[in-house]
Amino acid sequence: MRKTFSFCLLALGLSLTQFSAHAGDSTKLASKAIMPDADNAGLKLPAGFGALKAADSIGRARHIAITDKGTIYVKLSKLVNGKGIVVLRDTDGDGRAEEKGSFGDFGGTGIAISGKWLYASSDEEVYRYMLTPDGSLVNPMSPQKIITGLIDRKQHESKSIALDGKGNIYVNIGAYSNACQEKDRTKGSKGMMPCPILDSAGGIWKFDAEKANQTYGDGKRFATGLRNVMGLDWNKQNNQLFVMQHGRDQLHDLYPDLFDNKASAEKPAETMYALKEGSNAGWPYIYYDPEMKQKIVAPEYGGDGKKVSTDPAFQDPAIAFPAHMAPNALLFYTGNQFPAKYKNGAFVAFHGSWNRAPLPQEGYYVAFVPFENGKPTGQWEIFANGFAGIEVVTGTKGAQHRPCGLAQGPDGSLYVSDDSKGTIYRIMYNGK
Amino acid sequence: MEKKIMLLMGSLCFGLNAFSQSSKPISKSVIDNGKLVYATRCLACHQVDGGGVPHLNAPLDGASTVLGADKAKLIRIVLKGYSDRVEIDGEFYSNNMAPHSDLKDQQIADVLTYIRNTWTNKASAVSAAEVKAVRAKLK
Repeated sequence: MRKTFSFCLLALGLSLTQFSAHAGDSTKLASKAIMPDADNAGLKLPAGFGALKAADSIGRARHIAITDKGTIYVKLSKLVNGKGIVVLRDTDGDGRAEEKGSFGDFGGTGIAISGKWLYASSDEEVYRYMLTPDGSLVNPMSPQKIITGLIDRKQHESKSIALDGKGNIYVNIGAYSNACQEKDRTKGSKGMMPCPILDSAGGIWKFDAEKANQTYGDGKRFATGLRNVMGLDWNKQNNQLFVMQHGRDQLHDLYPDLFDNKASAEKPAETMYALKEGSNAGWPYIYYDPEMKQKIVAPEYGGDGKKVSTDPAFQDPAIAFPAHMAPNALLFYTGNQFPAKYKNGAFVAFHGSWNRAPLPQEGYYVAFVPFENGKPTGQWEIFANGFAGIEVVTGTKGAQHRPCGLAQGPDGSLYVSDDSKGTIYRIMYNGK
Repeated sequence: MEKKIMLLMGSLCFGLNAFSQSSKPISKSVIDNGKLVYATRCLACHQVDGGGVPHLNAPLDGASTVLGADKAKLIRIVLKGYSDRVEIDGEFYSNNMAPHSDLKDQQIADVLTYIRNTWTNKASAVSAAEVKAVRAKLK
């Protein structure tokens, strides 16, 4: 009897989800029924927003992807019980995941859904799994290997991914270096000219999203001069790839005569770029100074901290942020749950800095960047803060949670993953 | 009877050990000088709390290599830098560490003594002679 009852509930739950996925208004009602945690999961949010922990302690939760039925897939950088992807389901409609499973024998960062496929990356490869209409996997044991043999030399090894929905997948291949010096991060070591890393890394590569076993020869270097991109997303309004670059480190350590601790903590900017095929963001030759609002010649390449780059090859950022905050995810919000100003704007998950020491660290929050006509307005604001759990972060290890991934749920909720404690946050709008 | 001797030897050893540690207290000037070197060469990556940066820069506080008896290994890391892709106390760290062979033997000794005796760390001092010996072997 009990079994029959729970089966009925399950069937009811399933049909409710299906109903809500098809009817716009009911998703809004459904989300209003979900109560945020009393303390908003420890987050500070704008008025009208609430948050809950959809899951906790699941491992090093890097990027996340959510199906149109609300099933959450989380990529782990380190295997837990031999598995690298966690699947979470809210079976009773309270907004929290009751059901947890895992699969995939590779650690990594990238995960994305496009059409009926779930894509996920290790630090060298990209795989894909076919999804069933209800958001499960057809065969979690045997994914298709789409891309293989990508460079992983320890540093900036994450392969973040984004798809354009037109059959292409874009993969970040981070530079295995800070500033392309002959000896990495070593004072007095010159910048290599030209930087040989750029042939196989330090950019975004474009591959066929459908073809098996592609490697460098099959893909195309779509954009270059990008030191490391963790956050990237396809903007459907502009039909354009936007990326967030992690700017270079250690200006003071390497050039103490040119940069004091304060200058080193505040330069260079973390930057967003609107890419086109052939875009060049200028790493390692230049960096972007957030105060001067200029591209500055890197000291490894003859710069003195003031010399402005006049090279027309290097693109300006779409918008710049304070230094070293480590933008680990970018998401264009296309939902209807949040107030109108958020629609088609960008959320950026800042993992939080380490390279501002001895000054206090910054970041450890999710920012919102308003867009108009497919371009940032020039302003940005902190959207969700409090992940670190402490007022001032002096040592990075002291931060309790660190935002790493972003995803939009089918009802328009914003999900944030934390790769420190393995928390999945769900942020909802409950105001009017 | 044998047990008693063992016990006696054990406590004797313990006594000697305690004596040898207390006989060489680490001077304030060594710690101050080590702290200065730490601030200019190490703090940016290993952080003010010695906690490092998760998955990027290895922690020093509580680290087995920092606290270990193999001081030559520690000295070699400072002199040669570190880019090995190995697990350190169960974790991988992505960033490369630059060599600091331009520091003087005494500076390296002091900074190592400092990191072995700061935060929760407690271990014996490193001497300039020990640094000199390791440096000679590397040449």
